[in-house]
Amino acid sequence: MSTDQMIMRDGALALRPGYADHAADALRDLRQSHDAVDFQVEHHHDAAATAQLGFWIYLMSDCLLFSGLFATYSVLHGHTAGGPTPQSLFELPYVLVETMFLLVSSFTCGLATLAMNRQQRNATVGWLAVTFLLGLGFVGMEVHEFAHLVAIGAGPSRSAFLSSFFTLVATHGLHVTCGLIFMAVMMVTVLKKGLTPSTQTRLNCLSLFWHFLDIIWVGVFSLVYLFGVAH
Amino acid sequence: MFGKLTLSAIPYTNPIVMGAVAGMVIAVLAVLALVTYLGKWKYLWTEWFTSVDHKKIGVMYLIVGGVMLLRGFADAIMMRSQQALAYGHNLGYLPPQHFDQVFSAHGTIMIFFMAMPMVIGLMNCVLPLQIGARDVAFPFLNNLSLWLTVAGAILLNVSLAIGNFSRTGWLAYPPLSELHYSPGVGVDYWIWALQISGIGTTLTGVNFIATILKMRAPGMTLMRMPVFTWAALCTNILIVAVFPILTVTLALLTVDRYLGMHFFTNSFGGDPMMYLNLIWIWGHPEVYILILPLFGVYSEIVPTFSGKPLFGYTSMVYATMTIALLSMLVWLHHFFTMGNGGDVNAFFGITTMIIAVPTGVKIFNWLFTMYRGRVRFTTPMLWTIGFMITFTIGGMTGVLLSEPPADFVLHNSLFLVAHFHNVIIGGVVFGVFAGLSYWAPKIFGFPLNERLGKWAFWCWFIGFYVAFMPLYILGMMGATRRMDHYNVAAWHPLFIVAAIGSVIIFAGIGLQLLQVVVSIRQRERTRDLTGDPWNGRTLEWSIPSPAPAYNFARIPVVRDRDAFWDMKRRGVDLTASTFVPIHMPRNKGAGIIMAGFALVTAFSMVWHIWWLAIAGLAGVLVTLIRHAFDDDRDFHIGADEVRRVEGLHGRVHARSL
Repeated sequence: MSTDQMIMRDGALALRPGYADHAADALRDLRQSHDAVDFQVEHHHDAAATAQLGFWIYLMSDCLLFSGLFATYSVLHGHTAGGPTPQSLFELPYVLVETMFLLVSSFTCGLATLAMNRQQRNATVGWLAVTFLLGLGFVGMEVHEFAHLVAIGAGPSRSAFLSSFFTLVATHGLHVTCGLIFMAVMMVTVLKKGLTPSTQTRLNCLSLFWHFLDIIWVGVFSLVYLFGVAH
Repeated sequence: MFGKLTLSAIPYTNPIVMGAVAGMVIAVLAVLALVTYLGKWKYLWTEWFTSVDHKKIGVMYLIVGGVMLLRGFADAIMMRSQQALAYGHNLGYLPPQHFDQVFSAHGTIMIFFMAMPMVIGLMNCVLPLQIGARDVAFPFLNNLSLWLTVAGAILLNVSLAIGNFSRTGWLAYPPLSELHYSPGVGVDYWIWALQISGIGTTLTGVNFIATILKMRAPGMTLMRMPVFTWAALCTNILIVAVFPILTVTLALLTVDRYLGMHFFTNSFGGDPMMYLNLIWIWGHPEVYILILPLFGVYSEIVPTFSGKPLFGYTSMVYATMTIALLSMLVWLHHFFTMGNGGDVNAFFGITTMIIAVPTGVKIFNWLFTMYRGRVRFTTPMLWTIGFMITFTIGGMTGVLLSEPPADFVLHNSLFLVAHFHNVIIGGVVFGVFAGLSYWAPKIFGFPLNERLGKWAFWCWFIGFYVAFMPLYILGMMGATRRMDHYNVAAWHPLFIVAAIGSVIIFAGIGLQLLQVVVSIRQRERTRDLTGDPWNGRTLEWSIPSPAPAYNFARIPVVRDRDAFWDMKRRGVDLTASTFVPIHMPRNKGAGIIMAGFALVTAFSMVWHIWWLAIAGLAGVLVTLIRHAFDDDRDFHIGADEVRRVEGLHGRVHARSL
């Protein structure tokens, strides 16, 4: 509302007795409807918070992707078609070592984040490198397990159970592999650019991703391996 | 070297297919030649293809949807004419294996490459404007989503010329879609077209949720958001929740076909019905992903043209959320006949019926909004009223089908086909046209021609009833879907009537094309200079038409629902005297390049050209990493430029000129 109208309104107010009681209210309304209150020249959005929210939403959709695979495994794990059963295939000690690689890597990933928060560039890259190696060890053990299963005739095309086992576990493994690529890119980024705000946002997303894969693996370990051997 | 791909993959011997291919190739070449002749390649690349501006991305989505509507409708009219002819001794002109491709392509195109791009296009064009934002949360991701969708559409159309398309219906049920029964490339084309476009859609969902939650103007609380924005929020939550399931389902079918696994095969413990459960856990919410945004569109149009605030805003929001939730609890009604037993069928039958309640709430809210309003019968309003009548009928036949005993009789019949066309055409398609004619002034800066728009509406409206009411009757008479030929004399006249209906719709589409041409030619006369041609209520009408690149020179502070109506009521001055530089994202080519590599990968996977598939995937990865190291992401539009653009629309305060 322009000043001209304000003056006009003020004039009108003065002409009408009894209405003056409301003058204070009217003036407050007028002030509220002034330019500065109706518009802001800039509205700041926290880009880092938005990026992390977006990444969280993506993680939830990825989680639902895994839920589809878990559900399929739950339905099909008994469909062994006369082939090997979970009990006869899974070796818990081996999988436990594999699991430890991933769990410890989640811990070292956390240490990388702490180093990042303290702005320690070299420590960040160092812990990321340790995490990377542990993740690589995990993927290596998984590939070895798969090769062993295929070699003894328990490959993914043997039965619906094995199809769903290989697909669930390999999808997780593929995610870990993508995480490793992400991590390698981030190590190079940190070394080249330092811990800039945008790098930190991405490192936070990476660590979210890595912990998320850890949680999924806990599900795999419990549902597939522990229950598989227990049944 | 080229996998399964040989020159014999091109169907030289089929005159109908070759005619269509020739038409498609000529059209594409004509467009390419025209662009080259006009010297517009650089313009298209820098201003459109690489654009991260949500408005331009929206327009490109709408163009994709419009083109694919023509393609999908061509399939429709082929089916209607085949069924009008192929009775008794007459076998029609489409051999069964071709007819099967036509109906598979029709469904796939209309859902994934017509309806979805139209809906996402409308959200792109309007949503950031409604919440007072200058762009979406992740502008580059938005561009990537668009091109992934386009890549899927291109792959599907390539199947017409090279090889063939799926013959297994729009959802490719196994075991028919397994390698044993469908050894060709058709199902693979279907899988990969859906897979890449589906990933694009998931990214869109992430993007819009973050946009709505994080980018709203100050003062716009959730319960002050326009209903279209609310509907879009529910839709995108559904997208993020269920598109991963589509991704999984397609992936499992892929490994069955490519790696000899046994998820859905008949042997080795495979379970085809698992596929039906998975695909419909995505598929039923998908139909709500399509319809909810249009419910939002109608909820904007009805108040505007009734001159009243929306009746029952709160109940509208709750109804939308309820529908979104319930949509995930009804998937099994698509296969009551699977044999789940009475209890399971009863549960899903009841949940299905319950969905009619919130939907009914919406219908009554729109009616009460119109009640005692000063209703203006513009084109958007005609589409809306047409929708209310048509969708209510479609909803009732849906409730009828939700009765398991009735469904056992009507399952897979033309009654079902009539039902879902009733809700999809009457709800989604009418809604898209309503939204387009409503927001055209804001998107393009000039309105679509009203007279031709109304004629088109009447052709669509009447054509729909003539084309689909006979299918209800045919379904009751026992006619099943997807028949290329039949021998029942009593069905023949009804099929002919249905074909006439499709011709009337065809006239409607022709009028719409004419409407676009006429509207563009008249644009200098009809240009919207006010920014608010309909006396609108929401923030998109508070800025000039077409919306400037930065949308809002100043961010409005929201005090009420129908924020712009509130500003007009309070007499807020829309002209400004001070301007500041505006921070904007920079256009990037990585999105279209990544989608191009994805297309190469998908095509190579279809034809088992492994080396090229690996190369394509590497291309995607390298482009992504290069993009990650690209720091030149944003720029500022100078204050003088903002002042100049605002000045063109009379938005600069007189004293500061």
